[in-house]
Amino acid sequence: MCAVRGLTKTYPAVRGRRGTPATPEVRATDDVRLDIRRGEIFGLLGPNGAGKTTLVRQLTGLMRPDSGSVEILGHDIVRHPDRASRILAYLGQESTALDELTVSLAAETTGRLRGLEARKARAERDAVLEELGLTPIAGRPLKKLSGGQRRLACFASALVGERPLLVLDEPTTAMDPVARRAVWSAVDRRRAERGTTVLLVTHNVIEAETVLDRVAVLDQGRVIACDTPTGLKEQVAGEVRVDLVWREAAPLHVPEVAALQERAVAAGRRWTLRLAPEEARAVVATVTGGAAFAALDDFTLATPSLEDVYLALGGAAQQGLVKA
Amino acid sequence: MSVVPAEVLQGGAAAVEETGRDAAAELGPRARLWPSLVAVYRAQLSRARVARIPLLFVATFQSIGIMILMRGVVDGGGEARSVVAGASVLVVAFVALNLLAQYFGQLRASGGLDHYATLPVPPAAVVLGAAGAYASFTVPGTVVTAVFGCVLFGLPLAHLWVLVAVIPLAGAALAGLGAALGLLAPRPELATLLGQLGMSAALLLGVLPADRMPEVVRFARDLLPSTYGVEAFARTFGPHPDWAFVLGDLAVCACVGVISLAVATWAYRRAAVR
Repeated sequence: MCAVRGLTKTYPAVRGRRGTPATPEVRATDDVRLDIRRGEIFGLLGPNGAGKTTLVRQLTGLMRPDSGSVEILGHDIVRHPDRASRILAYLGQESTALDELTVSLAAETTGRLRGLEARKARAERDAVLEELGLTPIAGRPLKKLSGGQRRLACFASALVGERPLLVLDEPTTAMDPVARRAVWSAVDRRRAERGTTVLLVTHNVIEAETVLDRVAVLDQGRVIACDTPTGLKEQVAGEVRVDLVWREAAPLHVPEVAALQERAVAAGRRWTLRLAPEEARAVVATVTGGAAFAALDDFTLATPSLEDVYLALGGAAQQGLVKA
Repeated sequence: MSVVPAEVLQGGAAAVEETGRDAAAELGPRARLWPSLVAVYRAQLSRARVARIPLLFVATFQSIGIMILMRGVVDGGGEARSVVAGASVLVVAFVALNLLAQYFGQLRASGGLDHYATLPVPPAAVVLGAAGAYASFTVPGTVVTAVFGCVLFGLPLAHLWVLVAVIPLAGAALAGLGAALGLLAPRPELATLLGQLGMSAALLLGVLPADRMPEVVRFARDLLPSTYGVEAFARTFGPHPDWAFVLGDLAVCACVGVISLAVATWAYRRAAVR
């Protein structure tokens, strides 16, 4: 339903002025190619600055790409950016436009501006607030709500006035598990009943693994992988992650441990190793017996997560994703 | 977290895709100008309850304070009329020009415009709705200031009804200017600064009697749209107001209003799609 071809956007270099250092030219999206199928929850995963938001702004008609094409449900969004607002609902990261409104008025106004008649907008507002459990706080201004509640209220506004595509930029930030569940069951209901498609921007790996049908991993403006979460994990299935936490310092006098040192990524007392399963077994046997065990505080053995996929694919300088 | 397993949906989803593949999907409705203008206006007006009321007091007290100060300086007659008219229109300048410039400046800088830009709403509805709401915020303050001023300087209250025309027209001109400044300023601090400067200009050039000013300042005064609102209002305090001139001044306000709101709408379009 959504086809992206060769999408490229370069931010020009900024000359430094007093107080602001010069920034070089940045290619925010680099020849991006994506195909999003109808009814799926498609994720964009990547660290901060990977180009996720730039890509989403180009898909929602908020930003014109330098080159490339975006077609959503048969409409050329690059040529007609105004049509995007009639096909999709966008939940951005900012709520400043709605902050001083009450939850109820924010949802109703958004519905009206999405072209609903007054009566329809009110009916949909009531239904959506009820569905998300926001009715008890409907009369309170968004500004006075907690971060998670405010986010949920913005999500409610995005749902009033049905659209076949929902573009959600980190929708569950700061939400408690109850609110999170409300969001995903509202999304699921819509795609089960109406085939609604969801494009989700996230850097929450755990959420990505549980809700996404397919995921594109972005790094420095490029799509470095695109598959189902399981499919991506199979790419690194040969590897197991071993985390070793030492009591004080690594017992480098043990030869086996000293040999591991150069393969480990050390962070304080913690060593992280990516190994083949047999190797991992040997390492665990070594550190849980003999001299090394005295220095060991804790260890874990884990199958690969999307985080490991990202790192294995050579994501930006091994910095990893936010795992929260 | 997802209640519906992905595998179940993918089969169904593929089936849906085949049916609606080739033809372009039907677009959602476009929001029409008037209903969306009313919706934006109503939403903006409701913000007053949360954020604007203290500022309305500030605007009114400021104007009343200035009139009390000027009482020792001007000696009735024509000067008193322009002080009262200037102080009343100053409330409009404070709220419509200064506060609206700040609001749009912040909205633009924080990415809040994305919300409107991803809704199928005509740009004019957003700009006119917000400008209309800010002009409405000025009504109580302007009326209170005008009545207080008339009592203070012993001016007739008979023609105060002319505020019905002065507030919306001066409001349109100043709110349009404020919105345009807020949307065009590259940084929010600059929008605040421009709004403050505009209000200071309205204060100095509108309230202080023009006769004592040097030529250059009088020329600047003629360039400021609020001046025509002040002039129109001041004329009506006279024993036999010349209504033709009042209408003329108001017509200038209306023209500036139309132009500045058009510029603001253009600026909104430009700011929304970067």
